This record gives sequence, structure tokens and C-alpha cells, in this order.
Amino acid sequence: MLLIECPYCGKRPELEFVYGGEAHIARPAAQMEVTPGQWAAYLYARSNERGVHAERWRHTRGCARFFNALRDTTTDQFLATYKIGAARPPAGPAQESP
Amino acid sequence: MQLFSALTLLKEGLSGQRGWRAQWRSPEPKSSYDAVIVGGGGHGLGTAYYLAREHRLTRVAVLEKGWIGGGNTGRNTTIIRSNYLFDESAALYDHALKLWESLAQVLNYNVMFSPRGVMMLAHSVHDEQIIKRHVHANRCNGVDNEWLTPEEAKAFCPALNIEHNIRYPVLGAALQRRGGTARHDAVAWGYARAADSLGVDIIENCEVTGINRGADGAVDALETSRGLIRTRKVGVCAAGNTSVVMNKVGVRLPLESFPLQALVSEPLKPVLPCVVMSNGIHAYVSQSDKGELVIGAGTDAYTSYTQRGALHVSTHTLEAICELFPAFRRVQMLRNWGGIVDVTPDRSPIIAKTGVPGLYVNCGWGTGGFKATPGSAHVFAWTIARDEPHPINAPFTIERFRDGYLIDEAAAAAVAH
Repeated sequence: MLLIECPYCGKRPELEFVYGGEAHIARPAAQMEVTPGQWAAYLYARSNERGVHAERWRHTRGCARFFNALRDTTTDQFLATYKIGAARPPAGPAQESP
Repeated sequence: MQLFSALTLLKEGLSGQRGWRAQWRSPEPKSSYDAVIVGGGGHGLGTAYYLAREHRLTRVAVLEKGWIGGGNTGRNTTIIRSNYLFDESAALYDHALKLWESLAQVLNYNVMFSPRGVMMLAHSVHDEQIIKRHVHANRCNGVDNEWLTPEEAKAFCPALNIEHNIRYPVLGAALQRRGGTARHDAVAWGYARAADSLGVDIIENCEVTGINRGADGAVDALETSRGLIRTRKVGVCAAGNTSVVMNKVGVRLPLESFPLQALVSEPLKPVLPCVVMSNGIHAYVSQSDKGELVIGAGTDAYTSYTQRGALHVSTHTLEAICELFPAFRRVQMLRNWGGIVDVTPDRSPIIAKTGVPGLYVNCGWGTGGFKATPGSAHVFAWTIARDEPHPINAPFTIERFRDGYLIDEAAAAAVAH
């Protein structure tokens, strides 16, 4: 079981969290002008990164708040977690073990 | 190709087994091919085989970054069935099932296809309704599937617990008698041997590092860890790593890669005569010919390429299995592993042309690709050779996500399938 650092609550076991998919995918603003291809890209196309992946998590069984994380999908190691709305941090070294 | 038969077996037995030859060559890559398949699993090797046999393309290579059959082909739980809800899926998976039925003879390779029956359990009124809907839809499509009462299910599979006092009691089951299992490694090896004998080059330890396009925008070469290979047709069968390959040419696909775990137990005497699946409690189990219980479930919760998974996910699966089969409680698990499966939003595959001329993709099989291997390979070879889809895979485009023509087996099954 992974320990995931919620930016609000600190390190908690993985079971308290729900994965929320790729982060930083913005809904198209000008909805009336969006083509079907742009909708499909927003709804379905994913980078599916093999390496550092920016993704959403929700601390459902804790504070219930969403946050973002950088995780290396080749090791499942979390490199950073940050609040929604914050810019993606540079992929630094992994978080230290407690 | 050295044909396998009772006679050659006898001859080799009498002459000290010294006459067996390697089943396929291990050639150096040539500088160019008519078509190159990226990914040496069952789907890729099968595609190369059908390209050579049915479409007379003999200058074909299969590039595999590891060893053939070492990815999901060697990691799945070998279940074969075709009882999918929608017409498009039923046509595709039943095409595969029909090819499975004669595959050992066609390839002269014992793929140990065993149509022992696949039983899908219902645990609630909702399950019962949706499974009966599947049964009726399948029968309209000429796919065998029948409804069993709990007593009939237990008669077919005596180890099953049909007591009413368990947390998820068995209210009935659907049974596809033509479904079953096959030997996964043998599928890769059988296709590899047959394709090789038709002149296909199988090149292992060869990773694609780039896809080059010519002035006309079409594919014209692959950069690989073993040098540049020129080709005008590339078929990508890279399963969980499809996004990685396609990102090299800037094609973003509606795919996410998740670990899917499986486990095998210590070998037991024959105890489970069929495949038992439960979508409701998320577990499936069969018994291999070696006697091991082969167990699987749904994917892990988050995307990953680690080929392992979280312990609590497999624990959940085993809890379900132990409740359905109380006799298995004290069985020890020997191995647990993961494969990386590429999942589409509607849980149906993509077997299609891409926006790049000469580049074709066969992906998105999610948790259920093994069963489709021969059918998938057959229609994908057609698509590559003729530059147009076979009628069976015509609905399985990338554009269906743009145009809204989803083949929503995800909603039909309510879980991974």
C-alpha cells in the first residue's frame, strides 16, 4: 500500500484516496465554437505517460478535497503533491519516506 | 517447417530426440520490409502470420522490445469467450472464437484450446437482469449462451457455493459452453513458428525509438534499437505501451494503461471443470491443465507501467473467490504478477487506420485481449494489407469517440471484463 501525501492532511494510506485521472486537462471555454474533434480530445485523449505523470487524486475518506500529484508511472513513486490551481512543479526528487 | 505429428514424435523418441530444430529463426533485421508489426505478442505475431498467409505479404517483420509472448500474452488468465452484448463486439469476439476452434490444426501447434465452458454468475436482481439481457442478445447474434439456475450452475461446477447465507449468493448464471481456455504461450509460439515458416522475420530485443514520416506525411521508416528499418506500413500491437509508441509520432489516443493482476495457486487435483466469472464481486477463476487455480480480477485503480499491482486489490479478489469456493480457503498462492492493459473509455478495442498514412493501430483491448487474439490478428492483417478495415473491425475506429458511436461494453458489463 502506498502512502500518499495529501497537501491538507499529510501522509495517509492509499485506501483513503480515489484516483482522478490525468490532471491539467482544461474544459474548452468557448463551448459553442468547439468542434467534435476538440470535444473528443478533451473528453478522451490522454497522454498516458510512461514516466512522470501529473494526475488528480481525491482524499475521499479524509478531507474529501481534490489535489494534484506527480507520480512516476514506471515505479509508482510520488514525486510531489500540490493543491488544485497551483502550477505543476518541476519533477524533483521523490518524497522522502516517513 | 518441421511438422509436428504422432509420427515425428515417435521417430524422435526412437532416435534420442536429437532431430528437433529451432521453431523459428532469429534473424538480423533487414534494411526494409513491406510491413512491420510493432509488438511480438499474440496479436502482433498473429497479424504477421495472416499478412503472410492470407495477403501474400512475405517481407514482414515483427519487432519485439523484449521476448515474444513476454507481455500480456504470457500474463493473462487465458479465458476465451464471445458472449458480449453489442452486435459489433459479438461479431468480433465470435470471429475469434471460431478461429480458436481450428487454430491448433491450422498452425500445426497444440494451443490446448479447451472449450470447457465459461460461467458468469449473477448475485443480485440487477445482475440477473443484465445477464439475461446478454443471453438473449447473444442468442439473437448466433452466439451460444444460456441461463442456468443456481442448482444447474452447481451441477455444472460442483465446487460452487450456492448457499443463501453468503454475502453475495448465487442467483443464477450464464453459461457459454463454447468458451474456455487455451495455453497462452503456445499461441505466441504457434503463430511465431507458422509466420516464420512463411518468411516473416521475428526480431526480439528490438525497441522502436522513433517513427519517421516522409515528405507526403506517410510513414517511411522506423528507428529502432537495432538500426533504421524502412517500411511504408506499420502495424502497432503494443498493448499497454501503445501510447508510448504512438506518442513518438504525435498521435494521442483515448487510452490509459493500468496494471491488471493475476495469481496462480499451488497445483491441485481437478476441482474446477469450467471457468467461473463474477462481474458483481469482481473475480474470475479457472484451473489450468497443470492443476493450478488461475485467478484474476479487475484492474488496479491508477495508471501505471509497473507490471505489478497493489496488494489490497488482489486481496479483495481472493476474498471473493474464497466465499464462492469455500474449499479454496486453505489453498496457497504461488505467484502474483501484473500486466499492463490499455483501456479505452468504452472498453472496446481500436483496430483501425490512424491519421498518419501507413500507420495502423490495434489496441485498447483492456482486460480482455487474449480471447480475441486470432480474430483481432486476422482483421488487423486485412486492414493493413488493404488499407481499409475488414467489415468486422470497421466500427472499431478511433473516430468513434469523436462521432459518438461508442461500443459501450463498459456500461454493458458495469465493470472491467
